[in-house]
Amino acid sequence: MIPDPMVARLRQVAQQPDLAGTPYTIVREIGRGGMGVVYEATDARLDRPVALKVLAFELSSRAAAARMRDEARTMARLEHPGIVPIHDFGELADGRVFYAMKLVRGSTLRDHTQQPHSRADLLRLFLRICETVAFAHAAGVVHRDLKPENIMVGSFGEVLVMDWGIAASIDSPAGVAGTHGFMSPEQMRGEPADRRADIFALGAILRFIATAGDTRVPRPLAAIIAKAMSADAGQRYGDAAELRADVARYLDALAVSAYRETFPERIGRWTRRNLALVSIVIAYLIMRLVIFFWLHR
Amino acid sequence: MPALFPTTRRSVVQALGSSDAGERTRAFDTLVAIYWKPLYKHARMTWQRSAEDAEDLTQSFFARMYERESLAGFDSSKAAFRTYLRTLFERHAANESKAAARTKRGGGSIALDFDEAELELAAITDASSPEDLFYREWVRSVFAVALARLREGVSDEQFAIFDAYDLSGDTAISYRDLATRFNLRETTVTNHLSATRRKFRESVLDTLREATATDDEFRAEARALLGLDE
Repeated sequence: MIPDPMVARLRQVAQQPDLAGTPYTIVREIGRGGMGVVYEATDARLDRPVALKVLAFELSSRAAAARMRDEARTMARLEHPGIVPIHDFGELADGRVFYAMKLVRGSTLRDHTQQPHSRADLLRLFLRICETVAFAHAAGVVHRDLKPENIMVGSFGEVLVMDWGIAASIDSPAGVAGTHGFMSPEQMRGEPADRRADIFALGAILRFIATAGDTRVPRPLAAIIAKAMSADAGQRYGDAAELRADVARYLDALAVSAYRETFPERIGRWTRRNLALVSIVIAYLIMRLVIFFWLHR
Repeated sequence: MPALFPTTRRSVVQALGSSDAGERTRAFDTLVAIYWKPLYKHARMTWQRSAEDAEDLTQSFFARMYERESLAGFDSSKAAFRTYLRTLFERHAANESKAAARTKRGGGSIALDFDEAELELAAITDASSPEDLFYREWVRSVFAVALARLREGVSDEQFAIFDAYDLSGDTAISYRDLATRFNLRETTVTNHLSATRRKFRESVLDTLREATATDDEFRAEARALLGLDE
């Protein structure tokens, strides 16, 4: 008799890739994405852990294999601390294509925000996401599926943008691709997605981060989110670096380009930015008042 | 690109029409091994037949199938073989009189472990649709046949390692634990596991090929069973 849990395990075993002829040994399955299954594996040649992404059986076709190859090539081309390095690419004995990459130990941004972190710390992570996306854009690549599940926060504090499976050249036409909630209106209409689609997704990620611990979002930050997620692509930030710069200004208590502040708000922000100086001046004035009243009692 | 679903087997539907009596018998045995439990459980769960009635129906259905060319009317463009066989079984149940079934019983019946099937039925707790139940039991049968074939195709030591690591459900066990338990090097354990998993996968694909009628149906079932569709 084969009970249901064993059927499930047998199914998983039957789905495992045939690694004959490769230096890899599977340790465990660590995730499933749109295109394939990711396993933690060991590379016997260098005796090191790697992550193996193997094309899913149901997608095993020449077109899907070509997409997977393109993903590997895109990642290999984008050498950046925020993008996982590719070690190997090939075809398995069972006909499925795969690539091996650095194994990142950590959690997704979604899981990371479940732990207590200050908004400022999370915004600093966001700056690094923007840097990676800006680098990809400069190299002519649009991610097209940025979302908290595709951002990994490593155990050494590294921030990595993952899953470049539906990434495309900035000039290439594209059908409907992406994830609802993070997909730009033009992507949902099936129109070509340029870098401004990634800006929209970054805005959605920023909104996710800004509301992670406290749903009350300061007006300047809300304005940055609104500008990044504008329905009209032409009204969004021109590039990820510009968005990053505005968030950095917000973190430094400087005026952001997306928000025209009132005079009291400007005073309040100036005070927060110069808190030490303001404290010294107030302490000095109090001391002068105390001396004044003591002398004239 | 090599074939994604390579198999040397052919469908029991084709093999049952072979001029070679030995091949016909083997095909029939395979057909029974894969389908008897899903059909028996279908009779028990969906029609609420008694165990005795369901046994009679199952036995008489396969006996009739062996005697007549019941699969001659199968049209692969209309339905999957699995669905066609269930429909045949339903038709058989509607036509077969209890008395006729009982006459058949005892005379040349196939050796089937109905007690085991009853134990498996007792373990079913959720109320699935008849289609879902039949599919789930069919998957269970495919894996059971594939596993039995694997057991014959690998050494006792290889199967024991596969059993301990992949079947037992013990997630804490490591390659090192197995190396100690079987007095082997860790690399030998991983090599045995890789080879056994590969053979198991081949065995599942072979069984699926036999359980389906056409290449397209085989590929569709293989993708459903081994792909991401749950």
